[in-house]
Amino acid sequence: MSAEPVIRIVLAKLGLDGHDRGIKVVARILRDAGMEVIYLGLRQTTASIIAAAEEEDADAIGLSMHNAGHLALAPAMLAALDEADLDIPLIIGGIVPDQDVPILEAAGVAAILGPGAPAEEVVAAVRNAVSA
Amino acid sequence: MSVRELSSADLVERAIDGNRRAIGRTLTLVERGGEIADQITELTHPAAKGSHVVGITGAPGAGKSTLTGQLIRHLPTLGLRPAVLAVDPSSPLTGGAILGDRVRMDDVAGDGGFIRSVATRGHAGGLALSVPGSVRAFDACGFDPVLIETVGVGQVEVDVAGAADTTVVVVNPGWGDAVQANKAGLLEVADVFVINKADRDGANDTRRDLELMLDLSHVSGHEDETGYRPPIIMTTATAGDGVQALWDAVTAHRTHLEATGQLEHRRAARFRYEVRSRLGTRFEASIIAATADLEPDGRSPAAVAVELAGHLLA
Repeated sequence: MSAEPVIRIVLAKLGLDGHDRGIKVVARILRDAGMEVIYLGLRQTTASIIAAAEEEDADAIGLSMHNAGHLALAPAMLAALDEADLDIPLIIGGIVPDQDVPILEAAGVAAILGPGAPAEEVVAAVRNAVSA
Repeated sequence: MSVRELSSADLVERAIDGNRRAIGRTLTLVERGGEIADQITELTHPAAKGSHVVGITGAPGAGKSTLTGQLIRHLPTLGLRPAVLAVDPSSPLTGGAILGDRVRMDDVAGDGGFIRSVATRGHAGGLALSVPGSVRAFDACGFDPVLIETVGVGQVEVDVAGAADTTVVVVNPGWGDAVQANKAGLLEVADVFVINKADRDGANDTRRDLELMLDLSHVSGHEDETGYRPPIIMTTATAGDGVQALWDAVTAHRTHLEATGQLEHRRAARFRYEVRSRLGTRFEASIIAATADLEPDGRSPAAVAVELAGHLLA
């Protein structure tokens, strides 16, 4: 439609966390910003997310986390991306306590979006991560 | 080196070698259209061997994705290497899209099959180019069959029956009587009917209605001259019931097409249609350029169009 390529992002819940209200809201926000959201839904594995990102040629991966698993799951996802030699940004959304934010950032998470983040912030975080 | 930095020729070579990321990137370039997509078409055309293209269509919620997911799980056990093109609509307002078909096809990526989600992207005729382009890329990369899954019946965006060798129409119990079925225009496109959610009440009524509708097409002389009658397959996709029967019906249709020479006919028609779409895209740009600065000058639009057509075709 425009000269600018459309951003394609994979959104998923990794592991057994079943809280998917937030990720559905984020999917809608990104769609309304003109992005193509490949929605994988619940109970994904690092392998299924990587396979989807490869097949869909995704520009970014967004994971939603609401069960305090982020300190284990986010590094696991980063390690899997690294092992697959897949160089695309990982964005985490959901409940991440303030003191954990620098830990995830240092590990290589491109952006962390907390509950109540306004739509503009969500969209800007994805755009920045993709163009970085 | 990232596949994004490769030349078209190197990228397609890797894709044909089976590199999943290269195939993903190739499809992106096809979808974007333009000169690079044309290059990809040139590079993939010689390697395409003529995979069986199967369209799977029906109303939203009929179970197309679940059924397609079952097929892509089942077909590798028969020694096949299937690919899926799952088409979902873009928002007409923002151009964005939520592509959710993978939710119902989980656990299948990477097991020999390949799933690609595609947005319609709104631009007129865009999919008419990108769908055959993506099918050709899958074909060149050794995927056979290629399944195209879409809410396609009667839609402007993608005429799945025009893109496929075999069209599967998925309906549900309680979906309407024979009159509705005739109205919906399904009769003309279906090579195989599926009544999905066949464990629900009314499945046999729906089957009877469909059979009646097929009988009527015989009465009106609209039946395939070769005597082919679309079979009706009962499935419960969530449980995997009827998936092998569906695949048997699809391969039987393919055999029928080959035996009667219709496969060649359908593919020749598809070739013409794709060339026509490409020409349309090219001419559309000239038409927009030729009319961009037009102002009303007292002449009728018809007179102006006739004059411009003379210039454009000169």
